[in-house]
Amino acid sequence: MEPVALPARKWESDPSFGHNRGRQAPHVDTFLQQLINGLTLGSVYAIVALGYTMVYGIIQLINFAHGEVVMIGAMVAYSVIVGLVGAKVALPPLAIVLIGLVTAIPVCMAVGYTLERVAYRPLRRAPRLAPLITAIGLSIILQHLAMIIWSRNPLPYPQIVQTVPYHLTDSPNGATITNVQIAIIGGSFAMMGGLLALVYRTKLGIAMRATSQNQAVAGLMGIDIDRVIAVTFVIGAALGAVAGVMVGSYYGVAHYQMGFLLGLKAFSAAVLGGIGNLAGAMLGGVLLGMIEALGAGYVGELTNLCQLSDWSTTIAERCETDPNLTLFGSNYQDVFAFIVLIAVLVFRPSGLLGERVSDRA
Amino acid sequence: MHAFFDTRKHPELVWVGIVVVAMTLTALPFALAGVGTAWVRITNSAILYVFLALGLNIVVGFAGLLDLGYIAFYAVGAYTYALLASPHFNIHLPFWIVLPIGAGIACLFGALLGAPTLKLRGDYLAIVTLGFGEIIRIFLNNLSQPVNITNGPQGITLIDPFRIGGFNFKTSQTIVGLDFTGPIKYYYFLLIVLIAVIVINLRLQNSRLGRAWEAVREDEIAARAMGINTRNVKLLAFAMGASFGGLAGGMFSAIQGFISPESFILVESINVVAMVVLGGMGNVWGVILGALLLSFMPEILRYTVGPIQEQLFGRMLLEPEVIRMLLFGFALVLMMLFRPAGILPSALRKRELESVVRQKYE
Repeated sequence: MEPVALPARKWESDPSFGHNRGRQAPHVDTFLQQLINGLTLGSVYAIVALGYTMVYGIIQLINFAHGEVVMIGAMVAYSVIVGLVGAKVALPPLAIVLIGLVTAIPVCMAVGYTLERVAYRPLRRAPRLAPLITAIGLSIILQHLAMIIWSRNPLPYPQIVQTVPYHLTDSPNGATITNVQIAIIGGSFAMMGGLLALVYRTKLGIAMRATSQNQAVAGLMGIDIDRVIAVTFVIGAALGAVAGVMVGSYYGVAHYQMGFLLGLKAFSAAVLGGIGNLAGAMLGGVLLGMIEALGAGYVGELTNLCQLSDWSTTIAERCETDPNLTLFGSNYQDVFAFIVLIAVLVFRPSGLLGERVSDRA
Repeated sequence: MHAFFDTRKHPELVWVGIVVVAMTLTALPFALAGVGTAWVRITNSAILYVFLALGLNIVVGFAGLLDLGYIAFYAVGAYTYALLASPHFNIHLPFWIVLPIGAGIACLFGALLGAPTLKLRGDYLAIVTLGFGEIIRIFLNNLSQPVNITNGPQGITLIDPFRIGGFNFKTSQTIVGLDFTGPIKYYYFLLIVLIAVIVINLRLQNSRLGRAWEAVREDEIAARAMGINTRNVKLLAFAMGASFGGLAGGMFSAIQGFISPESFILVESINVVAMVVLGGMGNVWGVILGALLLSFMPEILRYTVGPIQEQLFGRMLLEPEVIRMLLFGFALVLMMLFRPAGILPSALRKRELESVVRQKYE
């Protein structure tokens, strides 16, 4: 059973590309395995979703270019790691990845700050469509700059940290969890905890919450609103950088367009949890990751037309030659996030944990 | 000079202008064919973009709903035409039946998408429509299994051209001593449809419905208080915009003779949004200008950027396509920052976008 993979792009069909670290041998214990893959993916979504939700919470605007920040993070770390590996620096592999991460964070922070200054601050008083369109413009610019700087081809992340699978059950074919997955899940939850502490335990957090409640009054209380909003963008971008490195090293590939779909899914996760709500973004991210993993894992089985062989002779005939005659295969995996997004917006626009009702015109 | 254009004092000048424009547009394809047949094709695709931009303008410009998945309706129209007029299913319906069907199905899709999402606020709507566009593309890519409907990424080939009796739009023929090639025939067809679409759009803008859209765009709550059924009015904007997209898609299908999901990627949606924004949301003439500018730009870049780079650096550093996308991005950002109402702004839109009074300290 294949775990959830990045959007099906051309390189996906080429097994020699990247090292496909997320892939494992077929498992008997599909459910548990998909749950673990979903949890890994979900914690990455959760971190990206936090970036969306923080910005939304404070200025009620969608940071459309956040996915591109994640992409830049993955790309910068890629360059650093490749550079260090190429220079044969005598450092443990983990240290090299961490150096890549530490370089990517300030770069992404700078990008996040630029985004806020260029796209959002001048248009804070304009109608909502205006900053959204500038953000789309910046997103296009960032994508194509990344394409010029790096490459239009997917870049293979060097496999320097050895992947070690740990068995969760006694069975040799049972579900496994790799050290990379553990690092991603653990790192994500640590960062979420840190962010919660920042928002609910520090002075800056109080300022952020006050600004999100009422900018004018927060300003009157002596809070530098411009600074708080900029800091929110920068923190979100730092989280995005970490997520980018995680995605890059999990799938072993970075691509200049990777931010788009990842961003869209993370946004769906934020909406699922209740946009503007930190705990909601985390919950939404993890849930969405699991929905996607289980959906991709089971949709083929559930829509296997051969179950209907008794009903139709045509189907029965085709099933003799092709027992995997499915209506929808795992290639529909990317659709789940959008269906979740639309369903949530229709039935519960405030999300699972959100209080804010989103129908202000 | 100014007096010369004063149509209020000299109403007959309007007619002179119309005659001049009509003559220019009639002679245009032959002038372009002199330069190269490719330019007639480029003009045709520019006109298709004008259709798309005008359709999206109904949604974004008139009703103020940002739709980032508009190309999905274009795809629906194109695939409807391709499936009903090609050897793929061996159905060959004539185009005057298939085009309205395509527009109708696109309209249905518009209503389907609109019904659950229109109560959402603007930026949510933008993201949901974007997701919808992707869903359509993913389905087009994958609906070759288990029953081959769309033929997957390979797309559909050998789509029927327009035919009226024995008159085939694809073949070249000589009429009254003039050499009518396929693209030139399509050009005249597109031109006639274009004029009809422009008239519909202009009339729509000043209709009861157009004013209702404007009211909804400016202040939805106030519009509702005035007795406008905001949900239905927004739904109509979506459905009408979508059917223009579907119509354009059908024509695209016939003119190209080949379609695949590659033609309906997100960048195309953003391309159309950029046309509307750049030209001036809500202003029909502005939108037409934006669409023409942006659809000719890549061709002009292709003929200028390459040679200039060769001259300066001795090789091609940046492909025209990349430069085009970068210019797009910068154009969107700079337009919003410095001229948010577009090149040719509509009077109302300008007032709305440039007002700083709408500060939201809630």
